Amino acid sequence: MNAPNRMGHQTIVYRNTPWITATACAAGPREAQGPLGDKFDLVADTPDFGQESYEQAEVALLREACRICLDKADLGEKGVEAMLGGDLLNQIMPSSLAARSLKIPFLGMYGACSTMSEGLLVGGLLVDGGYASPVLCTAGSHYATAERQFRYPLEYGNQRTPASQWTVTGAGVALLSLPDPQVHPLAKLTRACMGRVVDMGVTDANNMGAAMAPAAAATLCAYFDDTGDTPEQFDRVITGDLGYVGSELLLEWSDKMGHPLPRERMMDCGLTIYDPQQDSHAGGSGCGCSAVVLSSFILPKLQSGEWRRVLFMATGALLSPTTSMQGETIPGVAHAVVIEGVR
Amino acid sequence: MQNSSSKQDRIAEYKALIARITPKSKLAVGCWRAFWVGGLICVFGQTLIDYGRASLKLNQSQASAFASIVLVFLTAALTGVGVFDQIAKYAGAGTVVPITGFANAMVSPAMEFRPEGFVLGTGAKLFTIAGPVLVYGISASVIVGLISYFVR
Repeated sequence: MNAPNRMGHQTIVYRNTPWITATACAAGPREAQGPLGDKFDLVADTPDFGQESYEQAEVALLREACRICLDKADLGEKGVEAMLGGDLLNQIMPSSLAARSLKIPFLGMYGACSTMSEGLLVGGLLVDGGYASPVLCTAGSHYATAERQFRYPLEYGNQRTPASQWTVTGAGVALLSLPDPQVHPLAKLTRACMGRVVDMGVTDANNMGAAMAPAAAATLCAYFDDTGDTPEQFDRVITGDLGYVGSELLLEWSDKMGHPLPRERMMDCGLTIYDPQQDSHAGGSGCGCSAVVLSSFILPKLQSGEWRRVLFMATGALLSPTTSMQGETIPGVAHAVVIEGVR
Repeated sequence: MQNSSSKQDRIAEYKALIARITPKSKLAVGCWRAFWVGGLICVFGQTLIDYGRASLKLNQSQASAFASIVLVFLTAALTGVGVFDQIAKYAGAGTVVPITGFANAMVSPAMEFRPEGFVLGTGAKLFTIAGPVLVYGISASVIVGLISYFVR
């Protein structure tokens, strides 16, 4: 028996179209020098954000982004019924520690860099089903903590390869709630597509875009097959952090899978957050990348009416230092949510 | 069976696509930078040895040790103030191959893991990068030493 709110194999329909009623983001100094720098709610002057460790800085960025979002929605912590969040670190500790200080019921999410759209997808279900409203969805990352966990010490003198990406220091959050005539929403969720884990045998941890692009292509193809939509029905089809290499691969691979994508409608958060002059090689990455760009760039465009409908699909490369060292390949996953303007 | 072979074909096709799209490191530029910076470091090291022999009256092995100590000290200091990784980013193997690379590989994890404490952080993680070089470098030197002892 088919689930009643299901469309095809992987797509779900939100019957009650959960609203995004508030959003906020906080980011580091390097991100602030990028093209979106003046749109962030909070900028840390230094990468350590005045904390004792970079891990604590990551916690503080998340916590402050949550606080600002709740202030914007004129809500206290007690008014939020669930928080769904994740990050890149072992045991998603930054999110758990941020939740510790917020006293909101917390569900940890892990989808590597796909966490923001995973959180929106599941948070949207909680709201849509009438189980919680409002729900806070969060994602964050920090360059220094990701480098230490996945790569080298910061002061170690190595050269990055041209395909490598730069983990975004930042956190983005969005508040979902049931439609309410008293509130002016930013946007609404109408559909979502849960991604499959796709592995095309990539082992190069310095080329995450290549590891994630097939998963992005698979989710897009599934969504278009399930719904009959076409890319032209979206103002933008937005990927999380494929970067330059992954974006090019997605265009080619989707074409091969029978769903050509129009280049002018594609956008990648990893290519949006930094200026090419900032030496971030193939672009930005990390949970915070898509979350910060969603909050500072995508949602404002939907609110203003400049864009009416976007497919927001954050992409994650699923690896741990242990599995990588053991020679395991790097599968990818991508979850998509359809976000529409309300006006 | 047919399904798995078509999956293999798809993976092979995708890998070819990755190879076509992924930008390559610029080999000639990288080699030139590594050559001139690495060469300069070696000239500086040789100058230290000559200085040690001429002015400090050291013998050859003492003068070599003196040069290593100075290079290691300078690299550690530059790593500590956050400059060395900038130089290394430019020079690549030019800073990795001389003893400067070894010093940087010791000091950078010592700094990185300081927040986890002196014992479980700095102490335990000190050799995360240099460890393999030490293990296999020393092992190789033992084997070569044994060979030279018995064969001579």
